[in-house]
Amino acid sequence: MQGIYEFVRGPLLWLTFIVFIGGSLYKLIPMYYLLKKKEAFVLSYMSLKYSLRSILHWIIPFASANMRQRPIMTVMSFGFHICLLVTPVFLLSHIVLWDESWNLSWWALPDWIADIMTLVVIGACVFFAFRRQILPEVKYVTSVADYAILAVTAAPFITGFLAYHQWIEYRTMLILHILSGEIMLMAIPFTRLVHMFYFWLTRAYMGSEFGGVRHARDW
Amino acid sequence: MAVPATKLKEKKEIIDVGLEEGAARLTYERIEQVINRVITAEMAARMKVYVDTCIHCGLCSTACHYYLSHGTPEWAPVGKVKQTMWEILEKKGKVSPEFIKRASIIASTECNVCRRCSMYCPYGIDIAYIMATVRRICHLLGVTPQYIQDTAHSHSATMNQMWVKEDEWIDTLQWQEGEAQADMPSLRIALDKEGADIMYSVIGPEPKFRAQLIYQAAILMTAAGVDWTMPASPGWDNSDMCMFTGDFEMMGRVKRTHFETAAKLRVKKIVMGECGHAFRSVYDVGNRWLGWKMPPIPVIHATQFYYELLKEGKIKIARKLKEPVTLHDPCNIVRGRGLHEMMRYLVNATCENFVEMYPNREQNHCCCAGGGVINCGPPWKTKRVESNSIKAEQLAATGVHICIAPCHNCHGGLEDIINTYKLNMHTMFFIDVLMKTMEIPDSLKA
Repeated sequence: MQGIYEFVRGPLLWLTFIVFIGGSLYKLIPMYYLLKKKEAFVLSYMSLKYSLRSILHWIIPFASANMRQRPIMTVMSFGFHICLLVTPVFLLSHIVLWDESWNLSWWALPDWIADIMTLVVIGACVFFAFRRQILPEVKYVTSVADYAILAVTAAPFITGFLAYHQWIEYRTMLILHILSGEIMLMAIPFTRLVHMFYFWLTRAYMGSEFGGVRHARDW
Repeated sequence: MAVPATKLKEKKEIIDVGLEEGAARLTYERIEQVINRVITAEMAARMKVYVDTCIHCGLCSTACHYYLSHGTPEWAPVGKVKQTMWEILEKKGKVSPEFIKRASIIASTECNVCRRCSMYCPYGIDIAYIMATVRRICHLLGVTPQYIQDTAHSHSATMNQMWVKEDEWIDTLQWQEGEAQADMPSLRIALDKEGADIMYSVIGPEPKFRAQLIYQAAILMTAAGVDWTMPASPGWDNSDMCMFTGDFEMMGRVKRTHFETAAKLRVKKIVMGECGHAFRSVYDVGNRWLGWKMPPIPVIHATQFYYELLKEGKIKIARKLKEPVTLHDPCNIVRGRGLHEMMRYLVNATCENFVEMYPNREQNHCCCAGGGVINCGPPWKTKRVESNSIKAEQLAATGVHICIAPCHNCHGGLEDIINTYKLNMHTMFFIDVLMKTMEIPDSLKA
């Protein structure tokens, strides 16, 4: 057990960072050159002002018409994304690890808040899975991969929650937690989780076209 | 007033010779070859990013009038992408002739490329671009609805959409000039006048079916004292069905001819009639295909032109329309050019009682005729009208009998909806409203 723990905390973690960062660069840099070579006009229409205008509108809850039409989905998806990004970064146990390894530390969330935020992420994943089953227009375009992405995203939070509360054997759960987190990070560049990067680019381009060329709003 | 949404039980088989015969000529090898050429040479980065980013959330569904009218998932924007581009990419072009026929039907008759879904996608994925690319593939494979293909052929043979010959065009202008002179003796439609301030261009169907619009434009130009001309040679038509069939090479030729005609006449700007798709072609798509970031000669849509004339006091309103009116925001000049506030200025300047329809401005529901859908002709008419019961509900909710719509396709589409759903309305162009309301100086009157 100790051996596995050492492995997931040591070499596999390094591999994860290499795959995550390397994979992300691999997705972004060749795409940039392909764009420059084949569709250079896209770059020529990019406008910082309208990119930011569009992004800002789409990262504020209820700022767009579609978000206002679907309040539950809006609350769930914003809650999900905020908790997904904030919890792991400001979790005390994670900061302790950073402190031990690199002598880096920052402000931490109280554990009980982190606990609730973890449940929000898990709950949202369950909600998204049900939504895929219940809404015909979503079910129609859903494949196994879509559930797999939800599972990959939820896993680190479920295992983290169980490890923290020590309901199941702690050491095993901790290893599973680290492992699932590593799988999620490595999956980001190579699955639709890549929208973590692409969101900003597609939104910026649509914002630039609508604002700079078409003089209209895109929300 | 409006009958409730008509739900299609099943999709009726519609026979279209262009699709049937086109698909019959296909082989698997040819399909694969063409698709891979488009994938590697034309689609490249943007399509890859869009397809990788789409999280299959279905949030685009309620943007689409087809989905809102039918309520079943295959009509949602993402549903249409699933049935076409996802499969094309997944199978790397190894799809059947039957698949291509179906893809052409979806892209050409089940999507108006109105871009409303881009405003509903959290990522801003350009679904209209994906559908246009499906059409491009179908065009290169020769599987296009027959009626719209006929107009595309007309562009290539005559440089206008309606097989109007050069002498017929000039004859029509002179005929309308004669008609208008009965009201304004000094009026001229100056042909090929070099150095005029404005070149006025129209779409092929204007001389063919709605020649009175040319008459009305001549009255307006004369009343406003504008220095204007119309071309006597091919290039007068600003419309573009090739953009909608995916025949981009031909689209480029048509647009180049239009701009070259204006350049030859050394005009300061082009004013075009009340058409939406033509505006998209000259301002947004055709000019870019030719490599111009913005049109080489400024092009303004008629509504902007009227707005400027009113603002500058070149035309004055003598009496406002008393009857209540509503306004339809055409996608190509609203989502495509942001003219919605200028249009509202025009309505308020000319009408006493303006009733907004909801949703409006950029959020307006499409007429379901644009994007080349109405141009696919009679075989597809019932489907098109049934696919826009949401528009009938939106129009009926205004409770008025006049709908102003400054776009030819919107007119055709809205009139079909009004008739089918018995809405007791009629459509007007802005120039129809201006003819009823503007002041004609006594010195010009007959």
